[in-house]
Amino acid sequence: MKTTRALIGALLGVTLIASAAPLKTDVAHSSVSAVFKQMDVPVESNFKRFSAQIDYDAAHPEKATARVDIDTASFDMGQADYNKEIAKKEWFNSAQFPKASFVSSSIKPAGAGKLNVTGKLTIKGKTADVSFPLSVKPEGGKQVFEGQLPIKRLAFNVGEGEWHDTSMVADEVVIKFRVAAGQ
Amino acid sequence: MQAQKAQRYTTTAIVLHWLIAALIVGAFSLGLVMTDIPGFTPTKLRYYAWHKWAGVTVLLLAALRLLWRLKNRPPELPAAMPAWQKSAAHGLHHLLYVMIFAVPVSGYLYTLAAGVPVVYFGLFQLPVFYAKNPALAEILKPVHYWLNMFLAALVAVHVLAALKHQFVDRDGTMRRMLPGRST
Repeated sequence: MKTTRALIGALLGVTLIASAAPLKTDVAHSSVSAVFKQMDVPVESNFKRFSAQIDYDAAHPEKATARVDIDTASFDMGQADYNKEIAKKEWFNSAQFPKASFVSSSIKPAGAGKLNVTGKLTIKGKTADVSFPLSVKPEGGKQVFEGQLPIKRLAFNVGEGEWHDTSMVADEVVIKFRVAAGQ
Repeated sequence: MQAQKAQRYTTTAIVLHWLIAALIVGAFSLGLVMTDIPGFTPTKLRYYAWHKWAGVTVLLLAALRLLWRLKNRPPELPAAMPAWQKSAAHGLHHLLYVMIFAVPVSGYLYTLAAGVPVVYFGLFQLPVFYAKNPALAEILKPVHYWLNMFLAALVAVHVLAALKHQFVDRDGTMRRMLPGRST
């Protein structure tokens, strides 16, 4: 049984490699952050752990696919007790929802170095259709994908209870990302 | 005695002194309270904002006060005061002047290093002249704290000395800085 599964897995792996050209993400030169406004003060914090699988061929951008998984407990606000707080139930509820993810459903070229991406964004167990412009440029033998996606945090239940108050933390949060990936 | 009574600080100097004093006591107390709140709560964020607004206001008033002081000589100290007390008083006043700048400046640099700019009274963002720098923030945090403790110690000596002049020496030194009509 185990052998069969391993065999199927290996075969699937081979098929995937053969049919597509997934790029290797260069984590050191990639970042995912969120900019939120707290009493009108813009604060940007990074997610320390995430993974991105991008399958992109500059010759066939419309065939591209992308998937990003973010470790919600890795949101770094610069202070250990803040980081612990943000992982709690009111915010990301990382114990129950350890990952936030984005999976593309279509990627369309939109002029030189530009792509229009649509897909599904899942945060805290809630999924929403999103679309956003993405720029792509070659840099040091890699492709660098950059973009930002404004979302409403309350649509994903991020900030419950007393944090529902958008005068303290604004509803709009901008997710910024930069993914460097190459062969 | 008559001549001494008539010697007072200018109304501008008196107003600036007491405004700055009140703001320093307020911001200092708030600083201790807010950093004692575990995790983060809306109240904590609000206190941080007020603390920063108060600190920036102290800095602005300190600048006005220094300009005013440079153009207006303070009233003479009582002639009967021993020379060592006069030099001690001058030294302490110089230090207090340095500290009413150093404390808010250290706080401002700290919050910039922590990546949280100051939006003054929620109205406009004050200059951000360097990017978020967690390593620098780690250094500036104790710097800001100990500058505050040093200022608190100076204020304690300042207040005790003023009270001693008022109630022990009864030499009218304190009255020079008290509000009220000059006689």
